Amino acid sequence: MRSIIRFIIKNHFTILFILIELISLLFVFNYNSYQRSVFLSSSNHVTGGLYESYSNSTEYLMLKQINNELAQENAYLRSRLPESFKASRDYFNLVFDSLSQQEYIYRAAKVINNSTNKRLNYLTLNKGRNHGLEAEMGVISSKGVVGIVKNISDNYSTVISILNTRLKISAKLKSSGYFGALEWNGGNYQFAHLKEIPRHANVNVGDLVVTSGYSSIFPSDILIGHVEEVNLNQGESFYDIKVKLSVDFKNLSYVEVIGHPLKKEQVELEQETEND
Amino acid sequence: MISYLPRYIFNFFFLTLIQVLVLNNIQFSGFVNPYLYVLFIITLPFEIPGWLLLVLAFLSGFSIDIFSNTLGMHASATVFMAFFRPTILRAFAPRDDYQPGTIPTMAFYGAAWFLRYALILVLLHHVFLFFIEVFSITHFFSTLWRILASTTFTMLLIFLTQLFGRGKTRGR
Repeated sequence: MRSIIRFIIKNHFTILFILIELISLLFVFNYNSYQRSVFLSSSNHVTGGLYESYSNSTEYLMLKQINNELAQENAYLRSRLPESFKASRDYFNLVFDSLSQQEYIYRAAKVINNSTNKRLNYLTLNKGRNHGLEAEMGVISSKGVVGIVKNISDNYSTVISILNTRLKISAKLKSSGYFGALEWNGGNYQFAHLKEIPRHANVNVGDLVVTSGYSSIFPSDILIGHVEEVNLNQGESFYDIKVKLSVDFKNLSYVEVIGHPLKKEQVELEQETEND
Repeated sequence: MISYLPRYIFNFFFLTLIQVLVLNNIQFSGFVNPYLYVLFIITLPFEIPGWLLLVLAFLSGFSIDIFSNTLGMHASATVFMAFFRPTILRAFAPRDDYQPGTIPTMAFYGAAWFLRYALILVLLHHVFLFFIEVFSITHFFSTLWRILASTTFTMLLIFLTQLFGRGKTRGR
């Protein structure tokens, strides 16, 4: 016993090193479960607050461009107002109908932290549970799909972005309707890869890639990007399609979070069918 | 030695903030990212006990991790680097050993000695960090290129900060 204690005292530096290193590696490999404890992520109150004030001060540099985007969006929305349509009473009649329930709710949020240079990229938003956000909600910007809400605290939320090798999004080709999985391989932040499109499908450079709407997270037909390059390896039955993302992740300030009140119903129904 | 305490406390917070708010946003040609915060571990006093060195390395790496959502990666890399620090210091010791009351900076031991010493530690840190980040051997050469590019960048920044510190420590 005494010699063991002597050994430990003599080699305490190495033993402590191994101990601390093991703890850190444990953190790395249990990353996901630890991420759930929001305290240790960037949606934590202290780091979130710091990032928010930082982003508040740098935001001024981008005001002109943001104004531009907002003005364009305003113009677009105004064109959709009922007043902008010439309603002919003879054909149209608005009836309040309990069947036409709203399916998706959009909430604007500000990006207060963002990265594109790692293999696992996340964003932090300035809204959280208090503003009606929940985990697993889809996040889009005016240009296209951004990612999915991962962790959530009272006032902040973290978003797993498309630029994360752990995220796969169900996507389809708008022209032909064939669907596959969109994933990012950790390289250039402008390109992702669409897999699982069968070789008999007709794919052309420039085809639009949109969300499939098969997951309960995104509505269908939200833009993701366009086909940049089509590869078909000898003997493989699936295409490897390189997709240019429509969202510029280096330049992202406001996003919209998609709420889906009917999601629970859809998921429960799907699960029930699978269990049968 | 106690007179250095405020300096190190300041160093810790200053380097962490610089790393999180400025350097993490530098994306030179897409993926080159300097990690200046290791300078804190590099310049700790010679006489620091081993356990404190490791604990401080863990804390400094861990605070970077919390900010960049990479739990454990920076902590493990920094601890790995700190573990080799005493060995490297012993190997690089001048003939009459380190003078009491000095710290391992360029101001005390010259640019040639300091840069050689810092380069080895920075390399150890970056190799560990980048390989644990990709965690596969398939991207070996692209990872190697990232390590070299980032090491160059980090060393450049370390050299610049040491030039700033120079006049202050001389006048002591």
